[in-house]
Amino acid sequence: MIGDWLDIGSVDQITPGTARTLPVVGFDEIAVFRTQKNEFYALVNKCPHKQGPLSQGIVHDNVVTCPLHNWNISLKTGEALGEDKGCVPTIPMKVDAGRMYLLRSAVVGKRAA
Amino acid sequence: MSPPRPPNFGMRSGGFFVLRVLPRITELNAPSTLMDKDNTAPVKERLVVIGNGMAGCRAVEEILALDSARFDVTIFGAEPRVNYNRIMLSPVLAGEKAFEDIVINSDDWYTDNAITLVSGDPVVSIDRATQTVVAKSGRVEPYDRLLIATGSDPFIIPVPGKDLAGVVTFRDLDDVDKMLTAAEKGGSAVVIGGGLLGLEAAHGLSLRGMKVTVVHLMPTLMERQLDEAAGYLLKTELERRGQTIVTGGDTAEIVGRDGQVSAVRLKDGRTFDADIVVMAVGIRPGTTLAKSAGIEVERGIVVDDHMVTSDPAIMAVGECVQHRGACYGLVAPLWDMCRALADAACQQPSGYEGSVTSTKLKVSGIDLFSAGDFSGGDGAEDIVMRDAARGVYKRVVVKDNRLVGAVLYGDTADGNWYFDLLKKGEDISDIREALIFGQAFASGGALLDPNAAVAALSDDAEICGCNGVSKGKVIETINAGACSLDAVRSTCKASASCGSCTGLVESLLALTLGGEVQSGPKTMCKCTSFSHDDVRRLIGEKSLRSIPQAMQELHWTTPDGCSSCRPALNYYLLCAWPGEYEDDQKSRFVNERLHANIQKDGTYSVVPRMWGGLTNPRELRAIADVVEKFNAPMVKVTGGQRLDIFGIKKEDLPAVWADLNAAGMVSGHAYGKSLRTVKTCVGSEWCRFGTQDSTGLGVKLERMTWGSWMPHKFKIAVSGCPRNCAEATIKDFGVVCVDSGYELHVGGNGGIKVRATDLLCKVATEAEVMDVCAAFIQLYREQAHYLERTAPWIERVGLDHVKAGLFDDADSVKRLAARFRYSQTFCQDDPWAERVAGKDADLHQHLAEVRPLSITEYAQ
Ligand SMILES: Cc1cc2nc3c(=O)[nH]c(=O)nc-3n(C[C@H](O)[C@H](O)[C@H](O)COP(=O)(O)OP(=O)(O)OC[C@H]3O[C@@H](n4cnc5c(N)ncnc54)[C@H](O)[C@@H]3O)c2cc1C
Ligand code: HEM
Ligand code: SF4
Ligand code: FES
Repeated sequence: MIGDWLDIGSVDQITPGTARTLPVVGFDEIAVFRTQKNEFYALVNKCPHKQGPLSQGIVHDNVVTCPLHNWNISLKTGEALGEDKGCVPTIPMKVDAGRMYLLRSAVVGKRAA
Repeated sequence: MSPPRPPNFGMRSGGFFVLRVLPRITELNAPSTLMDKDNTAPVKERLVVIGNGMAGCRAVEEILALDSARFDVTIFGAEPRVNYNRIMLSPVLAGEKAFEDIVINSDDWYTDNAITLVSGDPVVSIDRATQTVVAKSGRVEPYDRLLIATGSDPFIIPVPGKDLAGVVTFRDLDDVDKMLTAAEKGGSAVVIGGGLLGLEAAHGLSLRGMKVTVVHLMPTLMERQLDEAAGYLLKTELERRGQTIVTGGDTAEIVGRDGQVSAVRLKDGRTFDADIVVMAVGIRPGTTLAKSAGIEVERGIVVDDHMVTSDPAIMAVGECVQHRGACYGLVAPLWDMCRALADAACQQPSGYEGSVTSTKLKVSGIDLFSAGDFSGGDGAEDIVMRDAARGVYKRVVVKDNRLVGAVLYGDTADGNWYFDLLKKGEDISDIREALIFGQAFASGGALLDPNAAVAALSDDAEICGCNGVSKGKVIETINAGACSLDAVRSTCKASASCGSCTGLVESLLALTLGGEVQSGPKTMCKCTSFSHDDVRRLIGEKSLRSIPQAMQELHWTTPDGCSSCRPALNYYLLCAWPGEYEDDQKSRFVNERLHANIQKDGTYSVVPRMWGGLTNPRELRAIADVVEKFNAPMVKVTGGQRLDIFGIKKEDLPAVWADLNAAGMVSGHAYGKSLRTVKTCVGSEWCRFGTQDSTGLGVKLERMTWGSWMPHKFKIAVSGCPRNCAEATIKDFGVVCVDSGYELHVGGNGGIKVRATDLLCKVATEAEVMDVCAAFIQLYREQAHYLERTAPWIERVGLDHVKAGLFDDADSVKRLAARFRYSQTFCQDDPWAERVAGKDADLHQHLAEVRPLSITEYAQ
């Protein structure tokens, strides 16, 4: 089963507590997060509220606060927290020997643009 | 000021008054009717206090609280200043507090209570026969009652060289000033004595940049308060911080050169360089005066349970006394002594029964608590817990089922609880197993709720160690109407000094008032129980230098904060430590991280700076070129007299900035909690009404203020005459030029809630405009809460507060402006140019790009 996972680069490319973006031609851009505790998460880079770029939000614990209207989105589930309702697709991700991998089928599969 | 008295007054009435106030002779109040017959207003007794220190003034406060009409008070102080919190000299030395912050009784207190303060004039003798005291200046003051509160004198070990210049003690503000002067030159310091005082001096000097050696005679630091294990942890931590700690070091000689100290030599021959030597080996009760007046003195001035000496007209209180054989060197006993003293002096004798003391070391980042006796001995049993990973050591000593001693290092949260158990002498056999794990555990888990834990404390448990306030007193204060933290602080002073008991006071508020407390200052966010003001103060006091450190020390309840507190902390640290603190990009809102304004579609807008709203063909051409080159869909003239280029992608920002930089333009900070724009009108250069060069002044103001980070955005405008075309009266700082000078306005706001400015002052010259502007901004930077514009800030604190902050002291404007300009020296690098040069490039670049077609091919 070669190639189920897509290598997207070394973990060093993301500073803990921040995110970087991964455009997917023809599909939604992905935001890849690294938390202060060195957990890694990948989500579609679109806030469920009004499509704010989540990659630009402030990351705290395993939550990102959307830069446009401050919704808090769980990095684990993609769900909006608190009173807000909505969910953004997450992309299964794993880290192995210092490299980050996304589940290939999820990168291109779920959301045809 | 006490009114002049007839010269014979003291003689005539002295005896009678003395008898009347004798605490144990209560039936003698008849003579007061005798006085009424004189048909004069009752004449007050004259209370003279020797020693304008912590005990002397507290005693007077207690007396005033009981019976403010009873005495005419005169206080003599050897130090040339008002009474301050001596224990806070350590934070002053460490640079965490200024003298103003530690004053307990300001000039107003003396005036308001009609107290005559004779400062800088020590009393040199007491004449008990004539009931007068004589001061160094020759001033003679008669008394009916005398209170000796002379504190103690630092002990100087009698070694050769002890009188050299550069050998100082650590007792009053003058000593601190001497140390600071020495520290300015850098070099080495030797502190002789590794007790509480010595270690606090060493910590301060080391923070001030000196190379510090502590020479301690005993094998264990603070051996009177710590056991060996805790002493070792402390020593290791201090060494890790760069101090040299010599235990078992016996000083042979202080070596001098040209009358100035140069080194300290130990008996074993080791020698340590020293530009200053701090002697902190102990204190001796200040008994000289009392002894020469023939009052009974042993180690200290001997007093009874009502703080009365062997002469019934003379009381004594504080560190100078010996009560039931004990002399104290800490503040907690003073509060109890002063209460008993006042009760007796106002004829409601209660009696002081001695104190059990506990110790905390005031060295930021080191948590150390000790109380009671842990020397071991017969029948004493130790319970010890260590957690090396957390650097925690706890030891409690139990004897006959009672707690007799406790030493805590690294985690002192349960200090108050142990201390309370110890003072009470309660039987602890029921909770013995769990005792070492602390209150929450020992009480069966129910007390994991912090409020319940506080509820379990007894009424006389001490809540605020700095000001000696018990739980009962705090509750009484709350019941008397103080229903916010601020009100409690200003009424009974609990949590008003170092703030470490804030949580306890809040719990008491919650317990006493039920759910309805939160009328006090709001906490910064849900991650902390501290308000914005607390956090700002504690950053200074505890010398917190990074976000993780602040969160650790201030007990943040979340691992790394939230999107409200991270940016606020980042700003507060930036403001507190200009040039030192390294900005944390992860704690910045996207606009400040990307130096552009995010728009609803995720693109950015770019506003280059145009000084004072002026531009030229070169700039306009560069902007036009950028718009075309990057296909910007819109260019807009903003209300702040700038051009705003819309629709730029984050990847393109550095290229856009490079082009704008090339034409000489820098970031306009239209995105920041920072100076936005200085809007100007054309002024006297062109306008027929103009009175001053408003445009030129606007440009100067913008050159001075650009790049500064603020609690919120900040807008300035300069109008050339009161027609006010630049709308200066809705700006944070507005200048309206008039014929005779400049009117300076503050606190204006456009936006949802329009607010016109308040007039701050009028000045004559441009230079003054610049200074006041810089000072006002700095005051705002240092005092406002994060995300608070000047308008709500001024409405919260009041215009008078702002005016007082700027003008009450002739130097304030200069000092504030200097701090602002200093901080600006680190801020005026164009952030765009830095990014163009490659800084933080990964913020603008994608991680990679995925092209699904090739992926699918690869996968097959
Ligand atoms: C640097 C430092 C840190 C400390 N830290 C702590 C701590 O953390 N916790 C704690 O509990 N305690 C601490 N202490 C001890 C505490 O400050 C004292 O216990 C307390 O100040 C004693 O109060 P007092 O009024 O007896 O003496 P003082 O506060 O010393 O007041 C005595 C005053 O009398 C004046 N005086 C003396 N002789 C005369 C005279 N002849 N005529 C006129 N005036 C005279 C002196 O100048 C002085 O101002 C610390 C002390 C120092 C120096
Ligand atoms: C994210 C939200 C906002 C952005 C990106 C934004 C951006 C801007 C920009 C770029 C300008 C021109 C700037 C200049 O050069 O000073 C401006 C001007 C202005 N903004 Fe905003 N602004 C925002 C929110 C607000 C809000 C909430 C208010 C009111 C409460 C406000 C009130 C004003 C006013 C009154 C002006 C005109 C200022 C003047 O004439 O100097 N803005 N804003
Ligand atoms: S404010 Fe006065 S000086 Fe400035 S342009 Fe308007 S009328 Fe002229
Ligand atoms: S788009 Fe994310 S909160 Fe509105």
